[in-house]
Amino acid sequence: MLNRRNFLTAAVGVVAASGLAACAKEDDSSTGTSTSGGKKITLGFSQVGSESGWRSANTDSVKAAAKEAGYTLKFSDAQQKQENQISALRSYIAQKVDVIAFSPVVVTGWDAILKEAKAAKIPVVLTDRSVESDESLFVTLVGSDFTDEGRRAAKILEKVLETAGHKGKVKIAQLEGTTGAAPAIERAKGFKEIMDAEHKDDWEIVVTQTGDFTRAGGKQVMAAFLQSDPDINVLYAHNDDMGLGAIQAIEAAGKKPGKDILIVTVDGVKDGFIAMSEGKINAIVECNPLLGPQLMEVVQKVKDGETVERWIKTEESDFMQDQAKDALPTRKY
Amino acid sequence: MSTPSVTTPSRWRALTHHHLFWPVAVLVALLLVNVPFTPDFFSIKMTDGHLYGSLVSIVLFGSPLILVAVGMTLVIATGGIDLSVGAVVAITGALTCSYISDQADQNALSGVFLAMGIGLVAAVVCGLWNGFLVARMGIQPIIATLIIMVAGRGVAQLITDGQIITINSEPYKLIGGGYWLTLPFSIFVVAAVVAVTVALTRRTALGLLVESVGGNAEASRLVGIRSMRIKIMVYMFCALCAGIAGLMISSNTSAADGNNAGLWIELDAILAVVIGGTSLLGGRFSIGGTVIGALVIQTLTTTIYTIGVPTQTNLVFKAVVVIVVCLLQSPKFRAKVFGAKGRGKTAAPAAPATPADAAPKMEVSR
Repeated sequence: MLNRRNFLTAAVGVVAASGLAACAKEDDSSTGTSTSGGKKITLGFSQVGSESGWRSANTDSVKAAAKEAGYTLKFSDAQQKQENQISALRSYIAQKVDVIAFSPVVVTGWDAILKEAKAAKIPVVLTDRSVESDESLFVTLVGSDFTDEGRRAAKILEKVLETAGHKGKVKIAQLEGTTGAAPAIERAKGFKEIMDAEHKDDWEIVVTQTGDFTRAGGKQVMAAFLQSDPDINVLYAHNDDMGLGAIQAIEAAGKKPGKDILIVTVDGVKDGFIAMSEGKINAIVECNPLLGPQLMEVVQKVKDGETVERWIKTEESDFMQDQAKDALPTRKY
Repeated sequence: MSTPSVTTPSRWRALTHHHLFWPVAVLVALLLVNVPFTPDFFSIKMTDGHLYGSLVSIVLFGSPLILVAVGMTLVIATGGIDLSVGAVVAITGALTCSYISDQADQNALSGVFLAMGIGLVAAVVCGLWNGFLVARMGIQPIIATLIIMVAGRGVAQLITDGQIITINSEPYKLIGGGYWLTLPFSIFVVAAVVAVTVALTRRTALGLLVESVGGNAEASRLVGIRSMRIKIMVYMFCALCAGIAGLMISSNTSAADGNNAGLWIELDAILAVVIGGTSLLGGRFSIGGTVIGALVIQTLTTTIYTIGVPTQTNLVFKAVVVIVVCLLQSPKFRAKVFGAKGRGKTAAPAAPATPADAAPKMEVSR
């Protein structure tokens, strides 16, 4: 009986441990020096997950930059779940890290945990995504302006249509990111803003649905779109991976991606650039994940008590098909 | 089902009392819902040498779910449950794709077969572990399989290094995304697995043994059935099905995504099994029902995309349909709603069934 009980305990332990998968991945175990008195800055970083190539590049950048700066990084992966992220943040507060940085999984529901951090006097830096919360609860946001990415996507679509010599109605299919996530909401918003302002008569989003930022999602949703609206001629995907999945669906339908259906995506991961150099994607709006160095700069400033801007935007550019081949070798992620 | 001499009402009654009637009715209804939104929903045309249409894509995208659900059916029939199938899907895909991506020639058949073998062996090992915990250690199935459900996804991410592994292998693409004889190749895989499963469980005593273990494991053991061995076997079979589904999912997008491949597929599979009329208490099962159940779920997903349900209400829409399906499946509910209505309108001699009459018939497993 005792054996069995031990076994069960072990089993529950395994489950509990993997729930906090995060903590197992700590890069540096020198927890002894993590109190505020020590010289080495301890940064607790909670990542959204590893849902895409973009995210992996983002993670690598943060890890590399922390190492470079000589910080102790406590890294955790929330696996797309807010509750995981909240428990990770709570454990950082309990461990009294010097600065907490995190990319929120969703936009809302952060007030309580941010207040806990504030009460513990631990400054919080958001990376990549923002939250809907009291502004006093976090120091700054290091990341992209998703609304602007949406606007840039609409602007570059104008160019794409011109290059392709497209005439007549523009029927757009939109593949949204994870429902409720900031990039999904804002990339849709920014795109619509330009569309409503400048192309009210000739552009129309005929179908829009979430593809959860994944290839499989993009493929399946696009396959259904092509059935329900065979005359879709433009695809706007909120990330490259969904666009890559959609390309396969378009090919299965016997159409040519990049010709019969013009494709604009956001992110700029390597696989996206490969597809663009093959002519399957028409334009990519870059969303730069390599924000590690910028983040470490901010962490240092925050620790030194300097004031920082509320929003530190990452440097980004847009790419058309003719730039794809030249840009491809420089893509790190 | 019915003898030739029976009258139409009783033939109708026999039909509505067939255990597959409601799942099939729901499937047909869901398919019909699409027609007003997509007039040529049922049309199938040739494109690039293969058939193309909504029905084809429902079967293509639904194949992995059917496989997982078939494996799950047998586990549930023994009174167990397997929550780890989603993680097994991810592990299999990750192992196979990472092996293929290391090959110099990704199109070499030998490499692809070896990679698939490695993936499937890993899946079966997961199943063996689940079966060992459940049958030998006597751990509750929901807890035992939870271990791999949670930890397995981590293993898959470890294999892929947290990246999405993209491969470029034509032969591997066939299993989940390719076409053979103008049909998606995955249909043939699913048909083969279902046929083998049905043959093994209904043409041999295996099915009976599985049901008897599910009905009462201890009693089965006492009459000489090796219930432990049966249990371990069904978990291994379930994991193997999940492994094949994992090959399909990763092959479909030519990429292994440790984080998202097969995410929540265990829940969809359980739902498919339940919609198909298999009792969660164990002891009886219907493979045919499960296949229909899985198709219902995939059709529902496709329907959400084609009729343009707003993104935010996706899950609510899904929930409502599932609730309706489950209520329709309940003999008590039907007797209450349709029974009363039927009696009120037509005083026909073939009055709708009373609950006591309907219940046992619904539960006949084949």
